[in-house]
Amino acid sequence: MNEQININVNGKNYSVRAEQTIMQALDGLGFYIPRLCYHPKLSIEGSCRVCIVEVEGQSNYVTSCTFPISEGMKIKTNTAELRQARRDIVELIFDNHPSDCHICEMDGDCELQRLANSVGIRRRHFTGEKRLHHEGDSSSPAIIRDPDKCILCGRCVRLCHQIQGVSAIDFSGRGFQTVVTTAYDMPIKDSVCTTCGQCVNVCPTGALVEKNYTRKLFEELSNENKIKVIQIAPAVRAAIGELFGLEPGTQAEGKLVAAMRKLGFDLVFDSQFAADLTIMEEASEFLERLTGDGPLPMITSCSSAWIKYVEQFHPEMMKNVSTCKSPMSMLGALIKTYYAKKKGIDPQNILSVAVMPCTAKKEEIEREELKIDGEKMIDIVVTTREIGWMIKSAGIDFLNTEDEKFDSLLGVSSGAGTIFGVTGGVMEAALRTTYELYTGETLIDLEFSELRGFKGIKEASLEIGDKEVRVAVAHGLRNVHFLLETLKKDPLRYQYIEVMSCPGGCIGGGGQPYAGKNYIPLDEELLAKRASALYGLDRRNTIRRSHENPEIQRLYKEFLGRPLSPVSHKLLHTFYAKKSPQGIVF
Amino acid sequence: MNNKAVEIEKSKQEEFIDYLKDIRKDKNNQSVLMSVLHKAQDLFGYISKEAMEEISHYLNIPSSHIWGTATFYHYFSLKPRGKYIISVCMGTACYVKGAERILNEVKEELGIEMNETTEDRMFTLEEKACLGCCGLAPVMMINGKVYGELTTEKTGKILKGLKNGTPL
Repeated sequence: MNEQININVNGKNYSVRAEQTIMQALDGLGFYIPRLCYHPKLSIEGSCRVCIVEVEGQSNYVTSCTFPISEGMKIKTNTAELRQARRDIVELIFDNHPSDCHICEMDGDCELQRLANSVGIRRRHFTGEKRLHHEGDSSSPAIIRDPDKCILCGRCVRLCHQIQGVSAIDFSGRGFQTVVTTAYDMPIKDSVCTTCGQCVNVCPTGALVEKNYTRKLFEELSNENKIKVIQIAPAVRAAIGELFGLEPGTQAEGKLVAAMRKLGFDLVFDSQFAADLTIMEEASEFLERLTGDGPLPMITSCSSAWIKYVEQFHPEMMKNVSTCKSPMSMLGALIKTYYAKKKGIDPQNILSVAVMPCTAKKEEIEREELKIDGEKMIDIVVTTREIGWMIKSAGIDFLNTEDEKFDSLLGVSSGAGTIFGVTGGVMEAALRTTYELYTGETLIDLEFSELRGFKGIKEASLEIGDKEVRVAVAHGLRNVHFLLETLKKDPLRYQYIEVMSCPGGCIGGGGQPYAGKNYIPLDEELLAKRASALYGLDRRNTIRRSHENPEIQRLYKEFLGRPLSPVSHKLLHTFYAKKSPQGIVF
Repeated sequence: MNNKAVEIEKSKQEEFIDYLKDIRKDKNNQSVLMSVLHKAQDLFGYISKEAMEEISHYLNIPSSHIWGTATFYHYFSLKPRGKYIISVCMGTACYVKGAERILNEVKEELGIEMNETTEDRMFTLEEKACLGCCGLAPVMMINGKVYGELTTEKTGKILKGLKNGTPL
């Protein structure tokens, strides 16, 4: 409905679209009402009561997020009494909140802190017994829960249910005992949680944070007996600049590589190189299935949370998932075999670290089936946030650092490898190589605009020689579920599917910089800027196809032989197994 | 448990699953959750983890949500309760007529505290606000049956009787 109605805000008349809540209308007019539980991508709750406004004729203040506007409504947003009421509400939240800002990981990044500052809280109303204390849960290698810091806004619950469709957590108990927890209050590592980390992105306090390995990593960096190696994911370089005040969308690859060396790493490799490798193996695997007996569709396997998701919720689809490891794990394997052999290094002396936009990768490296000859290939995964903090804490002047390049043998990448970090990018990269591998011809149109953007499920099709290949791309696990349900009814609809667990793809990963003051979590404007950094790098790269990467060609010539060779299978491919944590639905 | 008890348990479980299979024909699964939880408590005396997993499986409701609902309502017990649920009324009239003494007698006779269950799973002690039988104060309710005009002696006799197998 495009009908306009008139409302009066703080004494002035405005004409706004009807069928909105007060908050939506005010946001559109440029009046920002403070809020906590409201998020435009999640269902409206009205539980925090922070967004109250005064509406003439109403006996109480109303929550602007739930209250619909009507013709002639008179709204006041900033009276002295309203401001007092909001202060009281936020002060009461703090009365039940630990007074630990200075030792809390979120100090400086905390949305609750920003709200307190904006509203101007100045006192404690109640001292003494707080809400029931709950033990923190640090069972998972990826995510830490601290219910004492939780303000019960419910964003994590709604997100896990509505956007990810995993429902690992929900409210339980009532009154003073209310707590957000898993089914049966089990440790999160035993639950259906996929460790995608979107809850960490959306939590306004430190109740949900990634497991922090910075202290351990600093210790390891002081170890002179080890050769310290780090690999950097595409999405990290697209967002790290935000932590240093750079405009979102400014890629900072060169500075990041330099900073890693300043931090003490001996070798800095590029996960994008491994992305190219993944394409080589995966495109070959796809063509084998396409020209042979399937099974089709084939589904990408680089998203760790997706792998946990399919093993738990859709084990019948495991045969459709590519056997390729993620780029990170492929590179982890190569560092301790190919590179170590070439340079005469004892793999036991290598400390292999990965900086990822991802929380799930912290769990991925613990998987038994990814060990080679009993050894873990990657030792530590840190997120973009953690590495940003380490750079600052080490006193490195990131902004004035000269660009440096990755170390060779595992450092060159094509544009196809770069766009792995954004939803649709893996598929574009795969199509570029699949086409040329199968037909032997050059693919002129390298960019697939139908696979770009943030629509939940995107489709495209490409004539590859005598085959028509129909592809689909899904991001956000609930969209993945819808796509899989479509497949059940229509199994021949697509031949190749890309799945990314996080909305937006890796650029929106659970380990990426928090949205900060200017954006909200999951903000598509922010994601679009990060995406443009990667698409820009792709366009500016002279090499845009994975199979044209000279270091990849060298790797095959000197070590792997050919894609899907026995060596490739041993180092670069994996298998999946049904998992049954408690709390499975479907 | 002896063989008869095992059989009763199994048939209860089958009854519950049949109930779930039937009720899920109702399109709105989430809305039947409350009825289903009541059924589980009626059948088993409490809401067990196994029951919650069955509900999750048959009704397609996330376990975290079932757990959240079961823990929200005080009525739902998450721990096994006794064969006999004893509620000593602590409302005004009963209180004034010595309900505390009755409560202490029950606690001593059974060896349990409020909201606890005896080891042999025979008795659970609960508190009730007011049963509305003030003319009979002090009053206790056992499995829905009201015992009024209690003395500590009468209370002890009733409980001993139940222990010995006297029906309610």
